[in-house]
Amino acid sequence: MTPRIPMRIDKIEKPDDQPLVEIRNLRTHFFTDDGVVKAVEGVDLDVYPNRTLCILGESGCGKSIMARSILRIVDNPGRIVDGAITYRASDGRTVDLAKARPGSRALRDIRGQDIAMIFQEPMSSLGPITKIGKQITETLLLHRKITKAEAKETAVEMLNKVGIPKPAERFEAYPFELSGGMRQRAMIAMALSCEPRLLIADEPTTALDVTTQAQILDLIAELKDELAMGVMLITHDLGVVAEVAEDVAVMYMGRVVEKGDVYSIFENPQHPYTQALLESVPRIGSQRRRRLPAIRGMVPHPLARPSGCPFRTRCDHAMAGVCDVNVPELIDVDGAQVACFLHQSERAHG
Amino acid sequence: MLQFLYRRILYMIPTVFLVSVVTFAIIQLPPGDYLDTLAAELADSGGLDDGTRQALADQYGLGQPMYVQYLKWMRGILFYWDFGISFEKNVPVNDLIWDRLGWTFGISILTLLFIWMTALPIGIYSAVKKYSAGDYIATFLGFIGLAVPNFLLALVMMYVSFKVFGQSVGGLVSPEYIDQPWTWGKFVDLLKHIWMPIVVVGTSGAAALIRIMRANLLDELYRPYVVTARAKGMSEFQLLMRYPVRVALNPFVSTIGWILPTLVSGEIIVAVVMNLPTTGPLLLRALLVQDMYLAGSLILIVSLLTVLGTLISDLLLAWIDPRIRYQ
Amino acid sequence: MTAVDQNPVEIADAPTAPVLLGPWALMWRKFKRHRIAYASLWLVLFIYVLALFANFFAPEAHDETNRRGIFVPPQTIQFFHETEDGSRQFQLHVDALKMKVDQATMRRSYDVQPGKIIPLGFFVKGHAYELLGFIKADRHFFGPKDPDDVVYFLGSDRLGRDILSRIIVGTQISMSIGLVGVAVSLLIGVSLGGISGYYGGWIDNVIQRLIEFLRSIPTIPLWMGLAAAIPLGWPPLRTYFIVTLIVSMIGWTSLAREVRGKFLSLRKEDFITAARLDGLSDWEVIRKHMVPSFSSHIIASLTLAVPLMILAETSLSFLGIGLQPPIVSWGTLLKEAQNIRTIIEAPWLLIAPGSMIVIAVLALNFLGDGLRDAADPHAH
Repeated sequence: MTPRIPMRIDKIEKPDDQPLVEIRNLRTHFFTDDGVVKAVEGVDLDVYPNRTLCILGESGCGKSIMARSILRIVDNPGRIVDGAITYRASDGRTVDLAKARPGSRALRDIRGQDIAMIFQEPMSSLGPITKIGKQITETLLLHRKITKAEAKETAVEMLNKVGIPKPAERFEAYPFELSGGMRQRAMIAMALSCEPRLLIADEPTTALDVTTQAQILDLIAELKDELAMGVMLITHDLGVVAEVAEDVAVMYMGRVVEKGDVYSIFENPQHPYTQALLESVPRIGSQRRRRLPAIRGMVPHPLARPSGCPFRTRCDHAMAGVCDVNVPELIDVDGAQVACFLHQSERAHG
Repeated sequence: MLQFLYRRILYMIPTVFLVSVVTFAIIQLPPGDYLDTLAAELADSGGLDDGTRQALADQYGLGQPMYVQYLKWMRGILFYWDFGISFEKNVPVNDLIWDRLGWTFGISILTLLFIWMTALPIGIYSAVKKYSAGDYIATFLGFIGLAVPNFLLALVMMYVSFKVFGQSVGGLVSPEYIDQPWTWGKFVDLLKHIWMPIVVVGTSGAAALIRIMRANLLDELYRPYVVTARAKGMSEFQLLMRYPVRVALNPFVSTIGWILPTLVSGEIIVAVVMNLPTTGPLLLRALLVQDMYLAGSLILIVSLLTVLGTLISDLLLAWIDPRIRYQ
Repeated sequence: MTAVDQNPVEIADAPTAPVLLGPWALMWRKFKRHRIAYASLWLVLFIYVLALFANFFAPEAHDETNRRGIFVPPQTIQFFHETEDGSRQFQLHVDALKMKVDQATMRRSYDVQPGKIIPLGFFVKGHAYELLGFIKADRHFFGPKDPDDVVYFLGSDRLGRDILSRIIVGTQISMSIGLVGVAVSLLIGVSLGGISGYYGGWIDNVIQRLIEFLRSIPTIPLWMGLAAAIPLGWPPLRTYFIVTLIVSMIGWTSLAREVRGKFLSLRKEDFITAARLDGLSDWEVIRKHMVPSFSSHIIASLTLAVPLMILAETSLSFLGIGLQPPIVSWGTLLKEAQNIRTIIEAPWLLIAPGSMIVIAVLALNFLGDGLRDAADPHAH
């Protein structure tokens, strides 16, 4: 299979460090009046320093909730009901973020300083009536023992670094005075001000136009290299994944269905869902009049999770008596990990 | 900011003009010539001689068309700071009103502070702890506060304080301090009395503001920027105060504009019930005996000061919200 | 590999058939879930029924004075009574009272007359009245069985008039002022607000300045000025109408603002543009598309305006510059309790009408709140 999407990274090395964050069997549920929404239902993931992990999935697949669970900023009525999120600090100590008391000192020290996050909507993710500069220095003053003047200096430097022209002037600006792209740059400056070891970017380019999108992605990639930080990029855009990812995890209904490096996922997708996702990308120069294949059916209602494999209701290869009985676990297949009974039965038989 | 200030002051001029016209029209509504009332009143103490009558008639333009009377009244106010004469008491309006206006606005402003001090924390608590027992209690009390008219609350509180403390309340100071020079003792006595009108006048306003603050804050509490602040590592209290509360404060501040007129209104009616030496009883009496310049001046000044208060609240709003300032 | 389509486990995934309900039915369903508001609706309806058939529900004639029943405290209804032979018998009754005047202090007190009771019953004969203003009747819902007996369930006033009956009769004026005032506000508010919001430009500017002006004047002095100008000699009906007009002056400005806001935001909506592109006239666009989309909000705001007007009337009448005594309203009843000495002697003069006002206003507020929540499609 030839790659459908041109990729920028030619060769993926195996990560040599220990993971920054290890997520094991994470389950985050929402206890609504209508029932329990299992937004994240048993996710295993590793995030490594100096690598970009892309979380790929349709809207509502739980990727944002998973990311927010790491920082423990899931809004009510969401709760982590099970699992571990182990963060390995620079001095080697480990903290289980999933078990940390909400609002505890330990948790707050990690937020913004070790793990920072940028959000989807630059329009509404910045405090509307607080100056940009103040919002950046605030983070610095919170985590570093520096004076206000030093904080300002660092902030202006940061604004400059993320490519905001006239940073000293913009320091005094209010969010509504900036364009969407500039706001997202300011968000990035804010997130990176304390030089975090992990940056979580939740669809940072969705609300921006295509040109700005590319600029922002380039900026994140550059800063990743410069600061040697781990990046977790959440997106539903395959193009974005191809552009920046080293590792990819595909999520469907709160579970990781396939993960591996970007090559194995794009060139040799194993899971029917991943295959279908890649099929549905239009190709330049392909035959005209060919209908673009779409994934059959609709994502089931979150309160009506199918038994067994959540994807079986839309899967062309679903096997009665197998897929609707057990939930497939992730198993190693050709260097990637796939959660599908097709491969398990293959292995069992072959 | 300066430009905003000029524009707002410019907007005020037609309002002020309208206020004066409407006030004058209102006090002119009841039929009858006030000079007749005055003459009848003075008849016992020697009568009103024709010369004085003519002089007074000229001075106030009585018997002349309404607009002439209005212009004369306005000229007196604008050029000589003369609000006319109180027919009933036969002294210049100036001698009667300023003390009482001072008390009315003093109490209104203290009430505003009281409302802020209660509504802000309770509103924030109610929003943050939505559907908690405290929230339900605050909401319920808020509804009660809105449903009990000021004067009824005043009567109930007077009755309760009589039953519980056995003391008759009313006035701003105890009878022995009335017309006495200010001393520490009088001040303490004033504090003992003044809290009741403040609480009575402030209750409905506080109830309304608690609901407004709660609703505003609930609108802001789940906005993405709050999550951003949380992701920075700020403590819950810190981020609450710096972001959502600050944003929710905007509509809250703009409510001063309408709450001030209601406070002044409330103070006037409560003053009648509690027999406070403020504008209320004076205005009611002036209206009932149709003492036109006294009533007119009181309505005019109270309205003007309220318009001014609204202006101040607008400026305050522009000061805390850059989005308005930059429009 | 077989497709799972025919598998019985599929049921869980089948989309539930959507139940299509109209906007009003949806609103009603949401409203009913708001239990306090739903209960308030029934309470408000009950109060209006009380007002409509006031004379039927009032046990006594509201304006009948009684020199031997001045400041009688509220009498409690008792269920059982001991007959002369000592057996207990079920009979709704109140104890008969006898007035005693202390000659030294000139204070009245009432003692129970032992053995004498006033039996009570439902649908009893009493004073004659005209039901709904034209049906002659003399039956009353509840009261003393003997028309010559007088009972004071909520006490009596300084002229020996029954407070309960006066409150019930006062309901007519107090509750209707809210309705009439709201109707006037609706007329002015919706037309001015609509014009302001739909046309914009200088008309909008003028109307907005006018509203700002009216809102910036403290209401009480303004009303006092206007109400004081009502000549005392005017017939009650005319006074009533003028007071209603004065009171409705507050209502329309906020309503006009709300309507304007809705018009402004709707004007930019795609479905309005679409309707206009379809060739509908301004009036048709307003009538067929804009008004239906915010009428539920208007109803909610109107409900919330009614209690404001009731409170306004009460305040004015209490000060003695609104409705005047021969007219019975909750405000004029409270005027009887104006000074602290009267309240201490006869606290029921304050408590009974006061509670009635608070109950009515609370019920209307809860009702309006529930309607507003139900009308808002975005509220949870």
